[in-house]
Amino acid sequence: MTQIGIVGYGAYIPRYRITVEEIAKVWGENAEDIKNGLMVYEKSVPGADEDTITIAVEAAKNALARAGIDPKKIGAVYVGSESHPYVVKPSGTVVAEALMTGENVMVADFEFACKAGTAAMQCCYGLVKAGEIEYGLAIGADTSQSRPGDALEYTAAAAGGAFIIGGSPLAVLEGTVSFTTDTSDFWRREGEDYPKHGARFTGKPAYFRHVTAATRLLLEKLSLKPSDFTHAVFHMPNGKFPTTAGKELGFTSEQLKAGLVVPHVGNSYSGSSLVGLTAALDAAKPGERILVTSYGSGAGADSFSFEVTDRILERRDNAPKTEYYIRKKENIDYGTYIKLKRKLKQ
Amino acid sequence: MTHTSSVPLYWRLKKSKYNVIGTRCRTCNTAYFPGRQLCQNCRRKGEIEELKFSGLGKILSYTIIRTAPQGFEQYTPYAVAVIELDEGTMISGQIVGNPAGLKIDQRVKPVFRKISEDGSDGLIHYGMKWELVDGQ
Ligand SMILES: [Zn+2]
Repeated sequence: MTQIGIVGYGAYIPRYRITVEEIAKVWGENAEDIKNGLMVYEKSVPGADEDTITIAVEAAKNALARAGIDPKKIGAVYVGSESHPYVVKPSGTVVAEALMTGENVMVADFEFACKAGTAAMQCCYGLVKAGEIEYGLAIGADTSQSRPGDALEYTAAAAGGAFIIGGSPLAVLEGTVSFTTDTSDFWRREGEDYPKHGARFTGKPAYFRHVTAATRLLLEKLSLKPSDFTHAVFHMPNGKFPTTAGKELGFTSEQLKAGLVVPHVGNSYSGSSLVGLTAALDAAKPGERILVTSYGSGAGADSFSFEVTDRILERRDNAPKTEYYIRKKENIDYGTYIKLKRKLKQ
Repeated sequence: MTHTSSVPLYWRLKKSKYNVIGTRCRTCNTAYFPGRQLCQNCRRKGEIEELKFSGLGKILSYTIIRTAPQGFEQYTPYAVAVIELDEGTMISGQIVGNPAGLKIDQRVKPVFRKISEDGSDGLIHYGMKWELVDGQ
């Protein structure tokens, strides 16, 4: 049986950062309490000329560089986001054109709060496995919205991760499952600029229930246990949630370390767990297993198991590592932040 | 009033906006951007093929825009440069980031960005800009 999995991967994180201190100062809040509570110290901010489409293109170019394939062989481009620049007009059309995939390509935008990118990955995996396409490109990218003064403002960030799924992978996709219910913890209505959330309701019945249930279903399906994995990545709305969920499931902080990008990036929504996966792949050795569980409000979680192959050694250095983007930063003040986010509407 | 660019014109041009696509003469290896169908050196003996430029190059000259045209106001101040591409031809484009400290001959690499927007209800125009290569 031919192996299917990640042929190439890439991340992109905009260069601007705003610290928790800088935001807390404006609202008269205690930065130390917030940092300790969230385990987030700063978050990425997109430039005025960056959006989900530009982030998706940059991440996808890195994935393509690692895959080393002819872009014309990509048969599907699925972009998952909750901040598609157009309500009508798919982000994927621009991404496919910019990557020069050719026109014989399936394109659709995916939405499932923060797990739209992993949903896209599941679809690419299914199409490749069915033999309908040779390669599929799945992207999760966001420029998250947050109302000024809302608690989300400390974490809502921008980043993206892109994955080319196909044969001869650098990480074999061993299996995937989803756990989905109708749970309203976070939402945004058509035409509204900012999302609303159920505050404390977002934890236990939403994030923790779905993340732990999906992960347990995956472990059961593949007859694996937490100690079979070297790395584990859980959706990162902040640093506390994935750490707590991991612990509850029996994962150690050492297993979470490589993929825990949130303290200096923030929560990049659809990009979050996928950027975590790129960081874990940057650190992984052949033969190691990586577990990834995303979470999307509404609510659902997708869980995956990957086994890294020898091919990672020859492909990894063909694009910048995620750590490169984390370090390449320029801190900005709140005024510049508002200007970049264009929150002051004319 | 917001500036609305021609939708059909934008569509025809997009191939060369999302990537640097020109041509090259296979006979004498001269690269052309915008692409040419006839080689200046070889004339009819030239064999022209499509070429996707790497986009890498260096700054030949630049100017800093402080008073921007409509649709570009939010980016000021920004630099527009003439770039010599490694394949050996010139292109002009915006340099992202703070323009203070830019120097002639600095190496640049291409990035994919929003170029302009036709107001809040019109099209968003994407394309290439350039960024300084690290460590200069
Ligand atoms: Zn010639």
